Amino acid sequence: MTDTKGGYMARDWTRQPPALTPRYKTSLTRSPRLAKISLPSTLSEETGPVFDQNMLGPLDNDLITNFAAPGEMALGPRIIVHGHVLDETGRGVPNALIEVWQANAGGRYRHKNEGYLAPLDPHFGGCGRVMTDEQGHYSFRTVKPGPYPWPNGVNDWRPAHIHFSVFGQSFAQRLITQMYFEGDPLIWRCPIVAAIPDRDATERLIAPLDMQHTIPMDAQAYRFDIVLRGRRASYFENRPEGM
Amino acid sequence: MSKLFESASQTAGPYVHIGCVPNFCGISDVYPNDLGERMVTDAAPGERISITGAVFDGTGAPLKDVLVEIWQANSDGHYGNDASGFTGWGRQAGHGETGTWQFDTIKPGPVAHASGHLMAPHITFWIVARGINIGLHTRMYFPEDAAAHADDPVLARIEDKSRIATLLASRADDGMYHFNIHLQGPQETVFFDV
Repeated sequence: MTDTKGGYMARDWTRQPPALTPRYKTSLTRSPRLAKISLPSTLSEETGPVFDQNMLGPLDNDLITNFAAPGEMALGPRIIVHGHVLDETGRGVPNALIEVWQANAGGRYRHKNEGYLAPLDPHFGGCGRVMTDEQGHYSFRTVKPGPYPWPNGVNDWRPAHIHFSVFGQSFAQRLITQMYFEGDPLIWRCPIVAAIPDRDATERLIAPLDMQHTIPMDAQAYRFDIVLRGRRASYFENRPEGM
Repeated sequence: MSKLFESASQTAGPYVHIGCVPNFCGISDVYPNDLGERMVTDAAPGERISITGAVFDGTGAPLKDVLVEIWQANSDGHYGNDASGFTGWGRQAGHGETGTWQFDTIKPGPVAHASGHLMAPHITFWIVARGINIGLHTRMYFPEDAAAHADDPVLARIEDKSRIATLLASRADDGMYHFNIHLQGPQETVFFDV
């Protein structure tokens, strides 16, 4: 083979949430009971959809204005979220599509199934998207979401969080995760956060306040780096017949 | 070479639609259309097919808040940007009342495998929802390709041969392929650790 890329590195399951995490109640009936079949990546996983920067609208990465009426802005603490998308070998991932969604500053989602009594913000939709540049860097502007009560335990509250959906260069790298905010006391009480078995892996989902990129008299910045799976370098790879 | 660790996955939650299919959940005017809504162009060669199904939990109830993505080769068995405009990638949300979804696409050709064998025509599925902590990978194969299945290097990895049936779509009188996914229980679908 002339390809110098090997298959994807095996996922480290000590740092990923298992399917069954009973404190997060919905996982009980939505988790497979049988073992997954291990599948060394094939072309079907080593490829994936490719998106074009030209697909993005000028306000797609600005949740403060992309749903607001002309001249209006969303209510709440103004923030910039930025960081790099890297793979496990430390390389920046260019042209990675990131889609984000979140509640408004009061913890209310714009969704018909949502019944929380905190009001909708007429100028906040809650979705945004951005693609990384050649170095793998991204940034978007939004308002800091509020914490949000949910019917799991009788008094469970989600920490403030932003959902991230990330497309790297292949379907094997497809990732959905959540970003939390430095110092939030709800993080360590949350059963969804606690689904992650490893303390360090959890801490990497907590974005620190980034004063260096905070814009005076305008918006605070938070820094959130995302790591996607990496491929093995493999100059000579012959998989045995039948594998 | 430095080694970083893949970011931990978290559930997509019940409001995944806001970010991934905003028009589907009534947030219009932000994006012109939902990404992945349309996979196939009039110019795309190959047999037009439709696939429908639902994802079921361990009690047998359909997931009404599921989000399903598929990735597939074109009719020649090639992945990626196709000159005809066929994208190979689709994304659909389960119907809010029934949980059913539908993809209108083309039948993929067989794809090369590193072993030198061809993989039988298949479509890769990725499933996220509330209650699913990390996206689930599975594959759909076509019922008419039984001979190719016998030689498929991925199906060969499934030791309990009776479970292969969970990856086979059926073709109904309506002409559509039907592919139901069972997260848990006696009909549990095979999921892959890729």
